[in-house]
Amino acid sequence: MSTSSPPSRRSGLPISARLATTVGGAAGRASRLAGRGDGSVIGGVIGLRLKPDLLSLLARGRQIVLVTGTNGKTTTTRLISAAIGTMGQQVASNAFGANMEAGLVAALARAPDAIMAVLEVDEKYLPAMLTATGARVVTLLNLSRDQMDRAAEIWLLARRWRAALAAADCRVIANADDPLVAWAAGQARQVTWVAAGQRWHDDSWCCPNCGSHLRRDGEDWQCGECPNRRPPVSWVLAGDEVIDPTGRSRTLDLLLPGRANRSNAVVALAVADVFGVPVPQALNAIGQVRSVAGRYTHVERHGCDLRLLLAKNPAGWLEALDVLVPAPVPVTLAVNAQVPDGRDTSWLWDVDYRRLRGRPVFVTGERRTDLAVRLEADEVAFRVVGSIDEAIEQSGRPSMEVIANYTAFQQIRALLGRAA
Amino acid sequence: MDTGHGPRGPSAVRLVWIYPDLLSTYGDRGNLLVLARRARLRGIPVEIAEVNSDQRVPADGDIYLLGGGEDLPQILAARRLRAGGGLTAAVDRGAVVLAVCAGYQIVGTEFGGVDGEAVPGLGLLNIRSGRGERRGVGEITADVDPALGVQRLTGFENHQGTTWRAPEVKPLATVLTGVGNGDGTEGAYSGRVVGTYLHGPALVRNPSLADLLLSWVTGPLRPADPRQEELVQTLRRERLATSAAPG
Repeated sequence: MSTSSPPSRRSGLPISARLATTVGGAAGRASRLAGRGDGSVIGGVIGLRLKPDLLSLLARGRQIVLVTGTNGKTTTTRLISAAIGTMGQQVASNAFGANMEAGLVAALARAPDAIMAVLEVDEKYLPAMLTATGARVVTLLNLSRDQMDRAAEIWLLARRWRAALAAADCRVIANADDPLVAWAAGQARQVTWVAAGQRWHDDSWCCPNCGSHLRRDGEDWQCGECPNRRPPVSWVLAGDEVIDPTGRSRTLDLLLPGRANRSNAVVALAVADVFGVPVPQALNAIGQVRSVAGRYTHVERHGCDLRLLLAKNPAGWLEALDVLVPAPVPVTLAVNAQVPDGRDTSWLWDVDYRRLRGRPVFVTGERRTDLAVRLEADEVAFRVVGSIDEAIEQSGRPSMEVIANYTAFQQIRALLGRAA
Repeated sequence: MDTGHGPRGPSAVRLVWIYPDLLSTYGDRGNLLVLARRARLRGIPVEIAEVNSDQRVPADGDIYLLGGGEDLPQILAARRLRAGGGLTAAVDRGAVVLAVCAGYQIVGTEFGGVDGEAVPGLGLLNIRSGRGERRGVGEITADVDPALGVQRLTGFENHQGTTWRAPEVKPLATVLTGVGNGDGTEGAYSGRVVGTYLHGPALVRNPSLADLLLSWVTGPLRPADPRQEELVQTLRRERLATSAAPG
């Protein structure tokens, strides 16, 4: 199809699909107006009910990048969109993390003329979404334990990815430092391997191929009993530097904090490279991203500067604890266990909270007692509070770090009036 | 990881966490931390060994912990433990074992493999396990065998296992809400080997079970300071109230 000034890509859709996106779009606007959310899902849900193959129809003729993994999906999607956006084209994206089929439909329907689309996808849905969208690039960040009451065991997830990617005609950008991800991408036809690092090792002590103990030496890993080993990489994150496939090293100058975001940035550069975005240009765009769907946002509340960090699982908590500003700035931890968080709080025991010793710590959220018992076992002093406001009042300090899991984070953002 | 015991006083309780590399899916470290904390609250020193699957299991531990795991790691862990013999030797000596979820199945005589085939376990409990028809996911509450003097169990289960006991093996508890072994009972025990489908940090909400295991090593424990118990008792009340046992 022609890419030069299409009148409207949507006019190429069958009438039933056009109707489905129109009705769905209206519902999305209504939902936004009613203050029920950002409207990214409801429209897609209605559209899909009217036209079950809507996603395939909307994806047709587009260059689609899918982004998945346990942590960093939303941020990396944003970074890739920023980098690709420098080419001057409109980029469709589910920028607010609505990452199941309806969210993808809504994102594409909202941007009918965008040839480019960068879409984050829930880990479970990757195989189906890959088939439906015929994506050109699939980005695999990492895999670790997350919401195990409703998600599949991660080895099963990796196995499904592996089968889907072996059968697909796409380029895979994959983190070679995560053995599960490397195995999942291992049979894909074209893979760009990125040494993006892996902070959390506790889900990859054993070989995904044969189950034996993996040998590790720094970032390198290999199985002691089968040929599975870390593949040779073409992009490397080394401290604050990124080394591109030509061997050229550049400093990553990001507004987003922490090692995890440097890792996301290197992956984003590798994806942008597939589309011919020059590295300095992509780097510049990525470096300007300040906050992502409320994460890392600073918000003023009752004279206190709050910084909001989202952490949904043990690996995410590890990364969040890494980026905390040092004591004596107080930290508030908020934990819920609603369905989107996982109903099971067992993961609290996988996080090492000892480094919070010696600074003011407040715990809140619907499962604050679980969290309190956890901190008590790690001999971290804390105070239980009913809300963020109570923590601000009790701390009496001009700034505070806030780490919250998914619905606790959303509740705090709602309280802060979506300024966050 | 710390694997050596090092110099120790004669009265230290030696806790051995078996294969955190293979058997630690979701918060299993909690059992280690809770046992250590509750021993220290009584002034009892603790030594901890975390033993990975490429290391030898010491036979001189007091309490051994086995956690949950996915199919492949579970099979590999069972194979390594059978070959090594350290855990079996320790149990023969009278050591205490707490095995949760996949670990519970491993200490039995056999369990179901990736395609449902029977995989030999350690035979520390005369039970066998297989794949049930539905996955048990959610809060579980169960009343413990009165002979053990342990408060009602509260925890989270996430498994598709079904477990059958030989007549001489007693169930740990009777299920009030949840799935457990699949026949209305939950877990099993024989001698000082205890298995349960409460996954991950099973001892966190069940301090009296933790104390029972410790007392099997140290003899009767003095009660802990009530102020140190306040939070965990609040947590128990909250969880038991929401899982609303029938009747």
